[in-house]
Amino acid sequence: MKSMMQTLNKPLGQLVAALVLCGLTFGVAHAKKPWDEIGRDAKPAEIAAWDIDVRPDFKGLPAGAGSVDRGTAVWESQCASCHGVFGESNEVFTPLVGGTTAKDIETGNVENLLPGKNFPQRTTMMKAATVSTLWDYINRAMPWNAPKSLSTNDVYAVLAYLLNLADVVPADYVLSDKNIADVQKRMPNRNGMTVFTPLWDVKGKGDVQNVACMKNCATELTLGSSLPDFARDAHGDINQQNRLIGPVRGSVTTEPAPKTLADARAKVTGAASAPKADGGAIDVKALLVSNSCTACHGMKTKMVGPGFAEVAEKYKGQADAKAYLAGKIKNGGAGVWGAIPMPPQPQLSDAELAAMAGWIVDGAK
Amino acid sequence: MPINQDLNIPLGNTFDQPIGRIIPAPENHLNAEGLETARKARRSFMGKALAMGAGIAAASKSAIAASEGEDAILKLPAHTTGLGQGVAANAYGMPSKWESNLMRRESPGLTRVPQASVSFCPLQGLFGIITPSGLHFERHHQGWWDIDPSQHRFMVNGLVKRPRVFTMDDLMRLPSVSRIHFIECGANTGPEWGNVALPSVQYTHGMLSCAEFTGVLLSTVLEMCGIDKKQARYILAEGADGSSMTRTIALDRAMDDVIVAWGMNGEMLRPENGYPLRLVVPGVQGVSWVKYLRRIEVGDQPYATKDEAVHYIDLQPDGQHRQYTSIQECKSVITTPSGSQTLLDKGYYNISGLAWSGRGSIKRVDVSVDGGRNWRTARLEGPTLSKALTRFNFDWVWDGKPAILQSRAIDSTGYVQPKINQLRAVRGTRSIYHNNAIQSWKISENGEVSNVQVY
Repeated sequence: MKSMMQTLNKPLGQLVAALVLCGLTFGVAHAKKPWDEIGRDAKPAEIAAWDIDVRPDFKGLPAGAGSVDRGTAVWESQCASCHGVFGESNEVFTPLVGGTTAKDIETGNVENLLPGKNFPQRTTMMKAATVSTLWDYINRAMPWNAPKSLSTNDVYAVLAYLLNLADVVPADYVLSDKNIADVQKRMPNRNGMTVFTPLWDVKGKGDVQNVACMKNCATELTLGSSLPDFARDAHGDINQQNRLIGPVRGSVTTEPAPKTLADARAKVTGAASAPKADGGAIDVKALLVSNSCTACHGMKTKMVGPGFAEVAEKYKGQADAKAYLAGKIKNGGAGVWGAIPMPPQPQLSDAELAAMAGWIVDGAK
Repeated sequence: MPINQDLNIPLGNTFDQPIGRIIPAPENHLNAEGLETARKARRSFMGKALAMGAGIAAASKSAIAASEGEDAILKLPAHTTGLGQGVAANAYGMPSKWESNLMRRESPGLTRVPQASVSFCPLQGLFGIITPSGLHFERHHQGWWDIDPSQHRFMVNGLVKRPRVFTMDDLMRLPSVSRIHFIECGANTGPEWGNVALPSVQYTHGMLSCAEFTGVLLSTVLEMCGIDKKQARYILAEGADGSSMTRTIALDRAMDDVIVAWGMNGEMLRPENGYPLRLVVPGVQGVSWVKYLRRIEVGDQPYATKDEAVHYIDLQPDGQHRQYTSIQECKSVITTPSGSQTLLDKGYYNISGLAWSGRGSIKRVDVSVDGGRNWRTARLEGPTLSKALTRFNFDWVWDGKPAILQSRAIDSTGYVQPKINQLRAVRGTRSIYHNNAIQSWKISENGEVSNVQVY
């Protein structure tokens, strides 16, 4: 602020001084803002309750210890159902363990990540460079359906079990805050991460560039890849995933591709259909609203016209009531309930009329 | 080849050396046989076809000309001759029932549990640049919640003079901004690193949305808390859900345009998108836009959280993983016409699509209809905002012959969107994340549009 003031010319400097005197704030760092006191100080216990993150340098790691044996017990009761007994399952989530070797533990680079190895899948232990990541994640998000329910010691124990499965620690190991830094030195992929600033820095230039060629540009004019025919319907019928109007339709992907444009057009426009009614059942109450019946009829009592319950009561026991009421709804009428006529409802289908009349005869409930 | 009987889809990898009960992985849509078939699709069918004439197909004659006219006009429909519905019949309005085909959809076989999954935005049917809130793509890591906003708290701690706690009441009193930004998952288009795997733009590019977000700049909050600018280098953002999603964000990003947001498209955030509070990190992959935001910690080192040390890391050809790859680079895609759509006739089409860049605004979009040999510049529909979707349009007359449509975006830094083979030459095929390649849509003579890769 001081150096800035010194560079200002005198009249402006005086203006700034006047503004400050008037209690107005200025867009300079640390200047007091009228909203600064909104919110409140966090209590130490509140920070402790939420500040659970553990960094690669183990800042934030609570003291504790857990054995591989204890981890086995916790694992089998709380983890194995998703991850498999040996952390190898791909049933629910990608495998945790597998693909690392004693040599990887020595070098800190997982050989199965190299091209040509074609190891079936990258497991967590093949990727994770930092053991803190595993501790932090187990602690904050596991087990899947009851996150944050493990005790600190059990987080150590579960991680010890996992590390033992990957042969990073022996079967009699007790993992703790005291020795976790030693374990870090045995993580199989600890040297396998590169911080890549061109995709981190917003001002970075990136690593792959194209040129904006406009005419006769170099291209092989070959299809490098296309979707195999067997995968045509792998995502269902795309016709049903597109709008019913417009310049294009969704292709009917549950059937083979049509031979000609005319065939394709007939197929996609013919297949397009309005959303189907719910299994054929007619929602009478929805009809009452959508046809504005409820504008005049109350459910129970008379508004402009009689309440539906009143109509039901009047025709209770009458054998032809359903057909009679369907006709009255369709054609309208006047005189039965008063002088104000009910308009005809020709827009209703016979099925809808029958459903509405039946609903009334059944008590209008 | 094994087939998933329920879904009628070919199962993924059948491996030579299975570990445990390995079955298809999210990272691989096609198995070895499928990959081979995909590669064998290499056909030089284009060659002559690309030497296109400019023939304009005549519009097909309509039977209407021979009749008195169309029933749609001559016979007055019920909505013209009847009483319509009253106000507030739908107290919260919903789209027309005729639009129900356009919805968020999962990609079959991509994930095993819906709580840790993705639903894709139907880009093939959207207009302009704003994604309707109900169609905004979803990505949950441990299920979504509808949190009572009166009980939600937001904490700032770490390298600040005053660790502070804010209620939603507090936050919503602060000076707010409203800005339109895109959000794109780092894995958007990820299944296509090695080969074509997905049929439509909903699945190839649908982990992309754009909304107007309202909230307080994170820099405002950090200044209030007295951030230690000498030591601070990074922040950690943390969610309040079971996963307590955590992500490291560079301090220069945090102090620039990051928003602690509660508003989306004029209303509060939807629960699926983080109600009542989420971080908006313009230009950075969606995983950093932490939902149900409960805490920001200011620190001096990156955190190597699970989603920046096990996932969201990019495997390179040398076996190294790139870590902290955050920026979503310049990218574009034609949404109409697009994969698994069918053109109804020859003649004029308005080719329309979206372009965006995590480094700034869109300067130009070029479109090719001959597989990248020749390009013309498209019209950009305003506004062209920084780190937001930009809509482009392009006049085209289809002559009924095979064609390959592509779009290529250039952003305000001059960066030109790359081809898939240019990306592969540097990054290989195993990156999963940050595939911003030019998308190719092949138009066949039967009018069908299909997903292809052209080099």
